[in-house]
Amino acid sequence: MCGIVGLFLKAPSLEPQLGALLSTMLETMTDRGPDSAGFAVYGDAAAGVKLTLRGADARALATVVTRLEAATVQACAARARDTHTVLTVDAAAADAVRAWLADHAPEIDVVSAGRRMEIYKEVGLPAAVADRFDLAGMAGSHGIGHTRMATESAVTTNGAHPFSTGLDECLVHNGSLSNHNDLRRRLRREGIRFATSNDTEVAAGYLSWRMRAGASLEQALQASLTDLDGFFTFVVGTRTGFAVLRDPIACKPAVMAETDAYVAFGSEYRALVGLPGIESARVFEPEPAKVYAWERH
Amino acid sequence: MPTVDLRAEPLRALNRALHALRPDTNETRWTVVNPDGRHAIAAGLDAPIHVEIDGNAGYYCAGMNKQATVVIGGNAGVGVAENMMSGVVHVRGDASQSAGATAQGGLLLIDGNAGARCGISMKGVDILVKGSIGHMSAFMAQAGTLTVLGDAGEALGDSLYEARLYIRGAVTSLGADCVEKPMGDAHREQLFAKLKEAGLAGEVDPGEFRRYGSARSLYHFHVDNAGAY
Repeated sequence: MCGIVGLFLKAPSLEPQLGALLSTMLETMTDRGPDSAGFAVYGDAAAGVKLTLRGADARALATVVTRLEAATVQACAARARDTHTVLTVDAAAADAVRAWLADHAPEIDVVSAGRRMEIYKEVGLPAAVADRFDLAGMAGSHGIGHTRMATESAVTTNGAHPFSTGLDECLVHNGSLSNHNDLRRRLRREGIRFATSNDTEVAAGYLSWRMRAGASLEQALQASLTDLDGFFTFVVGTRTGFAVLRDPIACKPAVMAETDAYVAFGSEYRALVGLPGIESARVFEPEPAKVYAWERH
Repeated sequence: MPTVDLRAEPLRALNRALHALRPDTNETRWTVVNPDGRHAIAAGLDAPIHVEIDGNAGYYCAGMNKQATVVIGGNAGVGVAENMMSGVVHVRGDASQSAGATAQGGLLLIDGNAGARCGISMKGVDILVKGSIGHMSAFMAQAGTLTVLGDAGEALGDSLYEARLYIRGAVTSLGADCVEKPMGDAHREQLFAKLKEAGLAGEVDPGEFRRYGSARSLYHFHVDNAGAY
């Protein structure tokens, strides 16, 4: 069991409230996943690339960021939130910064990279995790959250969702995959990098690989129905897109609501109760093996 | 006519009050407001009362129902009316998966669509869905009727024991040991009675339905089938 929530805003007027709405949704799903929680928020576009770093504690991370700034000629804008720090760097320098971190501070995880996306995740109750990073204060166009009840790997921050394997790409998952080891091996050969032994990260890597080859998010998800074996409900975000897919057996629950102002996803309807205008929203259960995708232009 | 607001009172207090009702109670009409998708609303009732739920319900709403009529104004989550014994459960919106699972009696009426596994392991309930039903519906169904005005998804009636499935629309595929059977007068009569119970007499023509049931070839082990396991 896990809980998933997602909110994709069609109306820019709701953007300042994105984090507040998402945090309420996330906390409601505590019953489905009290181990750990995480979320991705698509906020304002940075001039360069935003790297979200995670350290064991805020002080250790701050020290590394200071060392990094001293060691690279690249000017970094850093904004710390508890155990995470978002570094904004020139797109051209992102690889060098990542390489420096891998060499000099391998204990620091790069949780996400993208122009708009930031990912935060920690072990603990969803309300506590949302609070530590002030999710309620964040603005953006779309966001995805996950509350985890671990089954396939340990209760660690690295096992928490969302997983990101490409710029501005993230995925959350309820379920378990059975062919992830084989697929990870194949995707590594294709140059996709994996940070954990988690099955969900393989699903994220698979979509990144497909999209790298030119597939749209919708096409990548369609192909995953053939190549992924297991149980899943996925919610996926890209820089401008938002998508949902359930496996053909569809054991894992899913409810969606759509209005003129937003598309929302919840593992249970309870997660959607606090959304504005939910009483008159079109509430429906996404069909098995059918890709639902929205794009903001 | 008690009205219970689930934002003001805990769900357990509501269910406890409903369970405490005596068979001759005068409080026969209850309204539940702000259900907000909570689970197990009005589960385990055993009194001839009428409960109106004003909104969307979560999992197992009206589960194990006996005697009561429970009306859900919006959508119902997983397992609505699961293991119902008698009474009526009416969903005005859509139902999620496993609607009426293992139910032994009563009527489950769904105005919208039902998800996957509708009527899984049903044991005597009458289920009527005005919309369509999802895949693996009536899986291992043992008795009762499943009437669908719309379409049925993949593997309808897989490993069916008994139970009669009346489908008006298209069936994506039949499950193992489920076959189409001829509609006799007795079947048309039964179907008419079920439609009437749902208030559809005269509105829906029983002649438009096809009947599906068990081929009964999986009742006993045949060595010829060994490869299929």
